[in-house]
Amino acid sequence: MANFFTDNDDIQFLFNHMNLALVAKLREEDFSHAKTFDHAPANAAEAIDNYRHILSVIGEIAGERVAPTAGETDEVGNKLNADGSVTYAPGIAEAVRLFGQADAMGFTLPYRFGGLNGPHLLYSMSNDIVSRADASLMNLYGLQGIAETINAFATEEIKQEYLPRMASGEWTGAMVLTEPDAGSDLQAVKVRAFQDPDGQWRVRGVKRFITNGCGEVLLVLARTEPDIADGRGLSCLLVERGPRVKVRRLENKLGIHGSPTCELFFDDAPAKLIGERRRGLITYVMSLMNGARIGIASQSLGIGEAAFRVARDYANSRKQFNTAIDNFPAVRDLLVEMSLDLQAARALTYYASYCVDLETGYGTRLKAADLAADEQKSVRNNERRYKSFNKTLTPMAKYYGSEMSMRVANSSMAVLGGSGYMKDYAVERHLRDSRITTIYEGTSQLQVVAAIAGVMGGQTAEIVADILGERTWSPELQPLTAKINDGLNILAEAVAFVKAHNAANAYRDLYARKLVDIATDLVIAALFCDHATASDKKLAVARRWLNERIPRLHMLKEQIYSGDTSTLDDFETLVGPLPKAE
Amino acid sequence: MGYNSIVCVKQVPDTKQITGQAMKSDGTVNRAALPAIFNPEDLNALESALEARDRHGGTVTVLTMGLPSACDVLRDALCRGADHAVLVTDRRCAASDTLATSYILSCAVRKLNADVVFCGRQAIDGDTAQVGPQLAEKLGYTLVTYLEDFEFEGRTVRVRRNIGNGYEVVRSQLPALFTVVESANKPRPQALRKALKFKKALSPLEVNKIVTEQLPDADDNTKRSEAANRCQALAKQGLLITQWDLDDLEADLTWCGVTGSPTKVNRIQSIVLAGGDYKEFPPTDAGINQLIYELVEDHTIG
Repeated sequence: MANFFTDNDDIQFLFNHMNLALVAKLREEDFSHAKTFDHAPANAAEAIDNYRHILSVIGEIAGERVAPTAGETDEVGNKLNADGSVTYAPGIAEAVRLFGQADAMGFTLPYRFGGLNGPHLLYSMSNDIVSRADASLMNLYGLQGIAETINAFATEEIKQEYLPRMASGEWTGAMVLTEPDAGSDLQAVKVRAFQDPDGQWRVRGVKRFITNGCGEVLLVLARTEPDIADGRGLSCLLVERGPRVKVRRLENKLGIHGSPTCELFFDDAPAKLIGERRRGLITYVMSLMNGARIGIASQSLGIGEAAFRVARDYANSRKQFNTAIDNFPAVRDLLVEMSLDLQAARALTYYASYCVDLETGYGTRLKAADLAADEQKSVRNNERRYKSFNKTLTPMAKYYGSEMSMRVANSSMAVLGGSGYMKDYAVERHLRDSRITTIYEGTSQLQVVAAIAGVMGGQTAEIVADILGERTWSPELQPLTAKINDGLNILAEAVAFVKAHNAANAYRDLYARKLVDIATDLVIAALFCDHATASDKKLAVARRWLNERIPRLHMLKEQIYSGDTSTLDDFETLVGPLPKAE
Repeated sequence: MGYNSIVCVKQVPDTKQITGQAMKSDGTVNRAALPAIFNPEDLNALESALEARDRHGGTVTVLTMGLPSACDVLRDALCRGADHAVLVTDRRCAASDTLATSYILSCAVRKLNADVVFCGRQAIDGDTAQVGPQLAEKLGYTLVTYLEDFEFEGRTVRVRRNIGNGYEVVRSQLPALFTVVESANKPRPQALRKALKFKKALSPLEVNKIVTEQLPDADDNTKRSEAANRCQALAKQGLLITQWDLDDLEADLTWCGVTGSPTKVNRIQSIVLAGGDYKEFPPTDAGINQLIYELVEDHTIG
């Protein structure tokens, strides 16, 4: 029986190593739900056992039922019917049905709506597992943030109406944000929402590139305040699929063919306001988006895992020059880099998810009735600290993870050579699927924009200190943590240099990516050192990572120190004239 | 109207995982070397029963005869949606062949009372496909083998049987016993909300074992009362697996275990495949001739 949870040593290691007991205690509100729900855990050990059980069931569905259909799904895709309905690829339809049967479509929802009340860390692990089976399925399975947004911000009446049906998998959702002229810049959204004479909200206009826009529950970002031109004029509305919502077109895409990407036309479609007016983008969509970014980081892990496994297996069985090609240094180099890249992204994404759990968990605790006065201060401090970490860690994980999946899929094809270029192996699918991860839910460039503030503010050192904690390091690890400290000094110097520049903001924007790269490498190095306390394999990984990355840090610092602004100053010369229209 | 179903299930060694240690030197199965799994076609039988309940209502009871460890498959069935689970376990069941097994199961089915019994076509360890038919015979239920699809119509049922080179549709009166083949359906996954509850289900023997492990120094009375308390608490939550021995079943012991098993194993041959991995022949006329020659030579064909 293929099980994509139990057969994955890296996920197993992190599952056992990370502090799931703390996550569970916060998520289960001190295990108070056990009194009301007989499937809620009564203590940390039971919660962890539940978590293992949940991932085992998901791993089995992914390995046994979904993975065998991924090739066909990629080939046949989804179909837009004449009546405007969309038919999923058979494998996708079946997978959604199975995950509904398994009660996994309400993964993070509260028990009272039929959810599993799973923590974000566990949800990320499940997205990793599901995406390895079929990356495009994650675009449906991984859209549970929509239900979570409804749970966080909608009225009790709306929650009661929609959440149980979303938890059962009967209804799926879509986040309906993008428009032809509002992609990265969502403040430019034009779709209108207005109240008719009866007070009924209605939505009018066109949305584009909407993942699963054919779903039943559409969270639409629309302009309710025509006089306010920027993001403060936008609100979040729930539109149910109906005759006034038309799927006009399905996009023909490079990859993730199982995920239907729709163009939607809202013909004064009836809607319900979620939360308060004018907070649509600023509060609700940003919250939804942060969850989605972690989701894409996890999807990237699954793609990377699938691509790596094909290459590892192929390199071991393919013989050239009378020997398996994984005996050649050049191929080994590819495989080692892929494996480290994948482990790095997983360490970072899981840690980022863990920090989201701590932020939300401490936030819930803060509101608890039994919170003692002396506990209040530390809970509030923790909540604030992880909230501020997450502003950096979420985009960092999305940026690093998605770029990793492209690199690993690309290297996997390098290992397979000509065979990988053919449709006979899944690598070409993984490579195509990986390409979207650096684009949607904010491009890599935008993740850097989101992460740079924290990096400039000196947060990297705080995050590293949180990971490493106060402890005595073993003789093997001491030199590695010393290297991390050296790296933090390099980063601090580079940041100081940028701040002192006479056009500091423009220079920061120009070198933001390099600064974020340094910070990311150091956070990952700290995570690897922490993991190395529990695993010899991870000790080797940490050592190799620092050997590779410290020289790169020096290089990046030197580039930042160069003062080179030719990208801006000599742009026309360097890129040449605009190509003439053919 | 609903139908009450019983699904007979078996925990078997996973014969897909066969390694060098899978067989003992005497040719019998080395169960310790193989992971124990839910017999695959019994999962199809369970799925059929659950589908019947989805469509018409009623109940699904899973029944197994085996060691207390067989509760693993009962728990799995509860996590997938079965309503009740029954373990028949007794040292006097040991060494039962298919005749004795079907007799013991028939006693349990009689005690439970069912409209339909679903069995997997056969178990992957013995591959006899005898227990289902023998059980039907003993119960006096109509036997329908190789079920692929079914439709209840009041007190009758229409069944599509896979007959190898096609199918036939038959109609039977209830009560009936079906043996279900793999092509009938795809078993549903565990439903996690149920699973997180029912993974904690235990049989009394398992409770005893846990109490003994946790209270190694306690006297027998303390252990007994502790186990009784725990069983009571489990029963309250619907988590106590029903456990019967042969006395509970009022079984005739001469029909059980070694005495009830006329099957005599005459000889077991341990066949060790001595061939290498594979041999390559060039895709030429000469190569193909050579391949055919070698296959005829070692009596694989011809």
